[in-house]
Amino acid sequence: METYTLLRAFADSWHLLFMFCFFIGVFIYILRPSGKKIHQDTANMIFRNDDKPDTPDNRARQERHADLREAK
Amino acid sequence: MLGYIKLAVLGLAVVVAAVATGLARDLSYQIHALVFMVSAAIAFIWLIRRVGEPAPVADPNTYMDGPVRYGVIATAFWGVVGFLVGVVIAFQLAFPYLNFEWAQGFLNFGRLRPLHTSAVIFAFGGNALIATAFYVVQRTSAARLWGGSLVWFVFWGYQVFIVLAATGYVTGSTQSQEYAEPEWMADLWLTIVWVAFLAIYMGTLIKRREPHIYVANWFYLAFIVTVAMLHLINNVQIPVSVLGSKSIPVWSGVQSAMIQWWYGHNAVGFFLTAGFLGMMYYFIPKQAERPVYSYKLSIMHFWALIFLYIWAGPHHLHYTALPDWAQTLGMTFSIMLWMPSWGGMINGLMTLSGAWDKLRTDPIIRMMVVAVGFYGMATFEGPMMSIKAVNSLSHYTDWTIGHVHSGALGWNGMITFGALYYLVPKLWQRQGLYSLRLVSWHFWLATIGIVLYAASMWVTGIMEGLMWREVDAQGFLVNSFADTVAAKFPMYVVRGLGGTMFLAGAIIMCYNLWKTVTSTAERKPASVGSAVPAE
Repeated sequence: METYTLLRAFADSWHLLFMFCFFIGVFIYILRPSGKKIHQDTANMIFRNDDKPDTPDNRARQERHADLREAK
Repeated sequence: MLGYIKLAVLGLAVVVAAVATGLARDLSYQIHALVFMVSAAIAFIWLIRRVGEPAPVADPNTYMDGPVRYGVIATAFWGVVGFLVGVVIAFQLAFPYLNFEWAQGFLNFGRLRPLHTSAVIFAFGGNALIATAFYVVQRTSAARLWGGSLVWFVFWGYQVFIVLAATGYVTGSTQSQEYAEPEWMADLWLTIVWVAFLAIYMGTLIKRREPHIYVANWFYLAFIVTVAMLHLINNVQIPVSVLGSKSIPVWSGVQSAMIQWWYGHNAVGFFLTAGFLGMMYYFIPKQAERPVYSYKLSIMHFWALIFLYIWAGPHHLHYTALPDWAQTLGMTFSIMLWMPSWGGMINGLMTLSGAWDKLRTDPIIRMMVVAVGFYGMATFEGPMMSIKAVNSLSHYTDWTIGHVHSGALGWNGMITFGALYYLVPKLWQRQGLYSLRLVSWHFWLATIGIVLYAASMWVTGIMEGLMWREVDAQGFLVNSFADTVAAKFPMYVVRGLGGTMFLAGAIIMCYNLWKTVTSTAERKPASVGSAVPAE
């Protein structure tokens, strides 16, 4: 088969199906119930660390992260 | 050791560029070689004066804001330059004798038009995107920029690209591809700078101290990666000579047209939309002091936008040699794009829910909200114009120009102004802006200017579209092309006035930001040692 025809047939069928499923999958993943706490934390991230980077041994941050891991 | 390698490379670059200047086959190439030579020489002298000095140690507990400050200045500077050239060419269209005889071949409309588009998109918009990307990625990663002096290379390298592009346009070096006019040498240089930009961005994200990547960074990253891909594919060209600026495209015919508009539309989608949405998702919540309305919606906005935008390009080629199915595909995806666009607009606007009173007191928030409003309007108008029946009226008319400007001035311009007003007091440790009254002046001048611009272009665009298709009872065309040109004159003058108001607003902004840095009180540093609560 000609390369163009082959690629075209693949793009029109399996790849289209893959992209469609991936897209729907992303939406389902976003709406998972356990994401709520993580999304809330991430949305508020911009109000931290405004003036200088976080230090490696910031206890408050480590506790928050442990909390989020539990939420997962 | 690295310092000596840099010196050797720069020294060699000066020599090679000097030889190329002498052997150049055309004026544009000669100027470009000269630009490279002077830039390399300046960098060489700057480095050699510091040989033997101990290398400056960057404190990892501070953000690298130097390049962001330079980026803010460059944004304001190129903004005024780009708007000024825009006003000039607007009046050149209204009063053709402004294409002065003595400046033919350099400063006539055809030479200045790409200078205007590239200056506002790539110089003003690009610098704004690079500066805010560096600012946002540090704050949301809680880490200093990765890459050290590479960051400075990206800033200055990008300015060199702008100078190459600009000098090329006025001396007639062009690939004749809209928004991709720079010739092969400038293209190669931009590729190097862009890869460094991507490396810095990725490097900073990798060493982040927050578990999640904030949504603004996703948009910025999509902008950087996609623009790299578009740039590479649309600029596959073979130089005629290594000593001349001219190159020959590899693609031809309808493939070339499709790749060009795949590039062109995604330059709008990923440069002017995704990148600026990164700004929206950081600066609006910060200025409103509340988190984004729905974080889930913002992730959906991201995925839907990048999945749909990439297919919308064919709507630039309705009723051409492009296969009909491709035109329909482009139209369909353009219409579907309406959904993520409005989802994003609603998300931006609703971030203010519960804080709408700020619209009355804070002119910066007002600017940002108007920007999101124009984003909504332009992303409604765009899908509508991509419908074949509408496009048969609107295409090749000034309606397109009006549409582009309501997006570019309203959305990109206003959100950038908002970000600049937010950033300058932060970056220069000032207590606040010099004058909120002047921000209000800027706001109203810009808003009324855009309304004049968009309205006059709607009128003239629809008018000329209707005049072109008007036939008499015998089936003959009623109007000649010159008739439409004559009929457009009053609208062209109004458009020029709108642009002048927008430019005046930007100049007021520059004065206000200058006074903010030079004559307002310094912000007191946060009290040392006080514990910061986690929540």
